[in-house]
Amino acid sequence: MTDLLLEVENATKAYRVGNHIFNKKQFMAVNDVSLTLRAGQTLGIVGESGSGKSTLLRMILGLIKPTSGNIYVRKKNIWRSSGRDLLAIRRQMQAVFQDPASSFNPRQSVATVLLAPLEVHNIGDKKMRMMKVAETLELVGLPTNYMDRYLHQLSGGQRQRVAIARAIILRPSLLLADEPTSALDVSVQAQILALLKTINRELGLACVFVSHNLGVVRTIADRVAVMRSGVIVETGQTQEVFDQPKNAYTQALLSAVPDPSKIHMARV
Amino acid sequence: MNFLSKFNWIRHGLLTIGIMIVGTVIVAALTAPIISPYSPYDLDVTMMLQAPSADHWLGTDELGRDVLSRTIFASQISIQVALVAVSVGVIGGTIIGVLAAYFGGVTDLILMRLMELLFSFPAILLAIVLMASLGTSILNAMIAIGIIFIPGFARLARATTVEAMQQQYIEAARSVGMSHSRILIIEIMPNVITPLLVEAAVAFAYAVLLESALSFLGLGAQPPEPSWGNMLNTGRGFMAQAPWLSIMPGMALFFCVLGFNLLGDGLRDMLDPHLRD
Repeated sequence: MTDLLLEVENATKAYRVGNHIFNKKQFMAVNDVSLTLRAGQTLGIVGESGSGKSTLLRMILGLIKPTSGNIYVRKKNIWRSSGRDLLAIRRQMQAVFQDPASSFNPRQSVATVLLAPLEVHNIGDKKMRMMKVAETLELVGLPTNYMDRYLHQLSGGQRQRVAIARAIILRPSLLLADEPTSALDVSVQAQILALLKTINRELGLACVFVSHNLGVVRTIADRVAVMRSGVIVETGQTQEVFDQPKNAYTQALLSAVPDPSKIHMARV
Repeated sequence: MNFLSKFNWIRHGLLTIGIMIVGTVIVAALTAPIISPYSPYDLDVTMMLQAPSADHWLGTDELGRDVLSRTIFASQISIQVALVAVSVGVIGGTIIGVLAAYFGGVTDLILMRLMELLFSFPAILLAIVLMASLGTSILNAMIAIGIIFIPGFARLARATTVEAMQQQYIEAARSVGMSHSRILIIEIMPNVITPLLVEAAVAFAYAVLLESALSFLGLGAQPPEPSWGNMLNTGRGFMAQAPWLSIMPGMALFFCVLGFNLLGDGLRDMLDPHLRD
């Protein structure tokens, strides 16, 4: 048994709906979700827009405080930690966000963006940090002379490569990806997906991959969790879930994916 | 000087005029002892209330002092007060607004309600109340005017910070583990500065006006210190016999305020990304 990296225990996020003080109506963005992830595994979370998958990811990242429930990274409760402990947890877990246009400060250069995590976590001296930046850029398939470019000069795909570089430069053990390919062109999507797969394998990263795109999740995930209205309705090995979905919602979701071979058949 | 040659002075005509007027006022304030023909304080009883002449281009006041010299020296007070007051407003307002937006919740609620409380008083009334409790002096005038500016800058800073906070790079910065102060200074502040600068230029005009109003009421610069406000107040009593006493400081005040307004509007047009070519 490889060791348990991430444990989400009954995580719940409720938002109050309406302005009235005595209005007790609540919207359950994430409702009593539990899941676990072992080192090196990739878990795909699929669901339609508003199913709570991004909220769940942000709770794991320590960006949105859960209403109740616990989240542990290597047995450390992220929402009970602060200061150095929290920083140590953050170092193990990094994120790639959805929108490459807004996930960078447009005023910064690639080098500034990539140096920031090393500075925050006080790793190495100046020379070593620059080497690390160059090494990481190569790893994500960008020429090292891109260091001096500004983010607004790069294409969406190149920015997403920089985003991946920012996430792996600290050599975390867990990568959290929030729809990292959905804002990209289809051809670029495939490249970024391939890159993520290679990097996960080479660095032995565990990954939580959130997407509404079933095809994307199928190619990258070992296990899949299907979310709907804040609840996980089905979870299992990717192959099983896709081939023999047990839940009615999962079946509906899968049948909505267009099958090119069938479209062709219908025309003939 | 690449920037200067590339800058389209014709297209930004109002900005150019604003820069010229403001430049003139600042140069006058800086070189007042050199360019003034007389000292602004020297009394001359034989020369009381003289009409403009070759010796005194703009005439003399009720104590025989040269009006032109006093008007030039008064620009020092105006610029000084405006500079300190706007700095107090910008720094205080930015800190309050950015903190309110960044931490949100109760912090936001308390800080912004406090700002609204300040906002609800008419500016001149608030200035008089503050001056009454602080005591009348030019330094207190600076502080009072600065406090009046704080709510406006706080609101602006809060709004731009809220907008910047919605960018994913703030989330990215937090998940990397950046400290609050680093996020605020490196990631948020550069986005907040530009609109604040534009607002500061307009506030400058308002500060000059407020200082004159306070001095006119006898709450700002104290005689014999020359200020456009207290010169206007003196001139009021001699309107029929010696109108030049009021005309000169009035014109100076008018052009100074106009200059800063044009500068502010021009900067807004130039820095607004929607209007940029």
